[in-house]
Amino acid sequence: MFDTSELTLNLGPQHPSTHGVLRVVLRLDGERVVGCDIVIGYLHRGIEKLCEHRDWAQIVLITDRMDYVAAASNNLGYVETVEKLMSLEVPRRARYIRTILAELQRIASHCLWLGTHAMDLGAMTVFLYAFRERELVLDLFEEYCGARLTYNSMRIGGLPLDIPPGWDKKVRTFCDILETKVAEYEELLTHNRIWRDRTTGIGVIDGDEAVAIGLSGPALRGSGVPRDVRKDEPYAAYAEVDFCVPIGTAGDTYDRYLVRIEEFHQSIRIIRQALDGLPEGPILGKVPRLLRPPAGETYHAIESPKGEIGFFIVSDGRSNTPYRFRVRPPSFCNLQALPRLVTGHLVSDVVALIGSIDIVLGEVDR
Amino acid sequence: MLEAIVFYTLATFILGFGVMVVTTKNPVHCVLFLVANFLCVAMIYVLLAAEFLAVIQILVYAGGIVVLYLFVVMLVNLRRPPDAQIDTRRQARVGFVLAALLLAEISAILMYSAVHPSSVATIAPQVASGGNTETVGMLLYTDYLVPFEVASMLLLVAMVGAIVLARREA
Amino acid sequence: MIHAYLVPVLKILVLLNALLVSVTFMTLLERKVLAWVQVRLGPMRVGPYGSLQPIADAIKLLLKEDITPVRADKWVFTLAPIVSMVPALIAFAVIPFDRDATFFGYRVSLFIADVNVGLLYLVSITSIGVYGIILAGYASNSKFPLLAGLRASAQLVSYEIAVTMMLVSIVATAGTLSMIGIIDAQYNARVWYIFLQPVAFVILFIGGLAETNRAPFDLPEAEQELTGGYHTEYSGMRFALFFLAEYANMIVVSAVATTLFLGGWLRPFPHVAVLGFLGYVPGWIWFLLKTFVFLYIFIWIRATLPRYRYDQLMRLGWKVLIPLGIANLVVTAILKVLV
Repeated sequence: MFDTSELTLNLGPQHPSTHGVLRVVLRLDGERVVGCDIVIGYLHRGIEKLCEHRDWAQIVLITDRMDYVAAASNNLGYVETVEKLMSLEVPRRARYIRTILAELQRIASHCLWLGTHAMDLGAMTVFLYAFRERELVLDLFEEYCGARLTYNSMRIGGLPLDIPPGWDKKVRTFCDILETKVAEYEELLTHNRIWRDRTTGIGVIDGDEAVAIGLSGPALRGSGVPRDVRKDEPYAAYAEVDFCVPIGTAGDTYDRYLVRIEEFHQSIRIIRQALDGLPEGPILGKVPRLLRPPAGETYHAIESPKGEIGFFIVSDGRSNTPYRFRVRPPSFCNLQALPRLVTGHLVSDVVALIGSIDIVLGEVDR
Repeated sequence: MLEAIVFYTLATFILGFGVMVVTTKNPVHCVLFLVANFLCVAMIYVLLAAEFLAVIQILVYAGGIVVLYLFVVMLVNLRRPPDAQIDTRRQARVGFVLAALLLAEISAILMYSAVHPSSVATIAPQVASGGNTETVGMLLYTDYLVPFEVASMLLLVAMVGAIVLARREA
Repeated sequence: MIHAYLVPVLKILVLLNALLVSVTFMTLLERKVLAWVQVRLGPMRVGPYGSLQPIADAIKLLLKEDITPVRADKWVFTLAPIVSMVPALIAFAVIPFDRDATFFGYRVSLFIADVNVGLLYLVSITSIGVYGIILAGYASNSKFPLLAGLRASAQLVSYEIAVTMMLVSIVATAGTLSMIGIIDAQYNARVWYIFLQPVAFVILFIGGLAETNRAPFDLPEAEQELTGGYHTEYSGMRFALFFLAEYANMIVVSAVATTLFLGGWLRPFPHVAVLGFLGYVPGWIWFLLKTFVFLYIFIWIRATLPRYRYDQLMRLGWKVLIPLGIANLVVTAILKVLV
């Protein structure tokens, strides 16, 4: 009856809810999304190419800048890949401390996710609560390595520093605090009627399709696929600690939320076990002064807070730099699912879904 | 004296806004002038000590119906394609006929009320005694019950019709 | 003779100024309360404990460049903030702060006008306020404000029905449309209407949140979805006017809720002689206190709840509040006839 042409709405790259410089071009019928194109690349810095021109040891510092809210996880992924390439033995103590750092990083990253996700849905207080706890993690990192965001906290073959005296006690205190705070978040959100209405049944994706798209991390586990690199291909000290992999059932935004909330608890559990079993010993293994991995290629993945972050590195065995450096970033792969998830939902759900797949543009664009 | 000044000022405004409604090109501006017109009419009602009518005028027309007009005007693209040009001469002719009819109707009413002035006079004392909300309510549910119910039926039918029209083939 | 004109004009002047000042300081209250809920300090720099922050904000907004988008409809763009501000201000004409009070030996009534259609006047005036938002959405000639404008008009028109239905229940209970009459009726009934009409109170409060575009119904200005909604393209003082209008509307809703449900200027338990010492506090203080409680709850809710989605909001309005409102009205009417 009336002229009902589609409305094209440009969400971003300067939109408050696209978590950086993501641009989403939505095609709307009323407020219903009928199509969506994702435009990325606003934060492209050529990190992969850059890494091919840096010394092996210098690359750790560049990996900080990818997923800049989970720098330690990136560090860990890279150094383990190089260790695998060089068949280096990492001391047990270093592996334990790496595990603690990675889990602290997961908590920090999930805090950031929870805060921004809740903020996108209008629950502004949760944002500040979650950032308050993230601040505590940053303080712990600051005490460990002096930096609060880009840590540069790993070395090939081990760690640059041992933990400062008394640090383990502080981590334990933090774990106790966080447990009560997570209960606080849940009180504000999990059983909140509006929160449930906003998230249940939004962006439902079943396990098979999630795998086909290439989702990983909590976004995949929310759809009921129990895939966790920490469990399936254990690295660092994960084989020696006991933890569960929470999975969802419905594959909607609410389940992805629940999975991440449960991961807070699992991370606390892992940290406590790692602190209990923290062995004595050196923190840096036998590493040749001149790093020059033998010719060959390798792929190694770890479970970053956002999903599976993998490094594919080719060494020609002659130069001081990688011949080819390629990252499998979880944010980038998870972002592919967005058009599939938002179609048929309302504009308000788009921001819920962008938050739900938890992306960082530094990692998407690299 | 004061009342007369206020009345004539308002009347000028009403006429002015009325002319603006039909002459303005931009449909949204037309609707805005219409709202202004309604507000001035409401003030005339206040001048006549008919507060209830004034408030209802604002509530129903300015606050309700015209908002929906605005909705439609904003949503529907009014920049017509050039091939759908409407014959302005025919429009003008129809307009003149309608205006003539309206003029005839108003003159008829005026003449009728000049011959039978009693119908206004009987209600006036009631207005003066109680609040006019009660008066309107009493009249609606006694003397004018049938027209009132017929009007509500008409609105119901219109509402059902609108829903039927707007419903897409599900 | 001169008093007949001077006193009302003075009252209007005082009220307008008091209102504008309190509206500006509402922004401070909101920021402070939100900050305390969120375990932070809020504004602390300007004045002791940030108490002069609103003045700094006002100066900043006044000095800012006033941008009008090139493709905007200039007249309507300028008109929109004014249209949203004016109804919020003139709504106060019928709000009774107290029956009368003595200032410098003069006895003055603390309301501008006691219209016998007071409540209807309020409803009709606030229904004009929606134009500000719609026009802002249209005039900006931009997609986000347009979407917000459509959301706002649908939301306000829907919730108005439920709210009006509740006001009718109150009118049926009190038997008058006059605001003062309603307070007197509560005095005579020896009970606040919040206890007689709890359903009406809840619906009116929810509707009030929705009509003032407050969380969790702040869809038309959802920053995270519509980048600020209808005032996306506004800057400087025009932007501020929208905000002031929102706060003024909050005060209107709170004042109306106080009048209708909390007995307006009446002290708690006005018939209990033991609590007579409460009578030493002037009625208008009681009125302001009660209004303040509502304003605080407004902010508290904003700090606590996530936002509704558009379709959920409509469902709540049409499928829950309006049927409940009609049922409440019918029950009230039946009881009124029986008792």
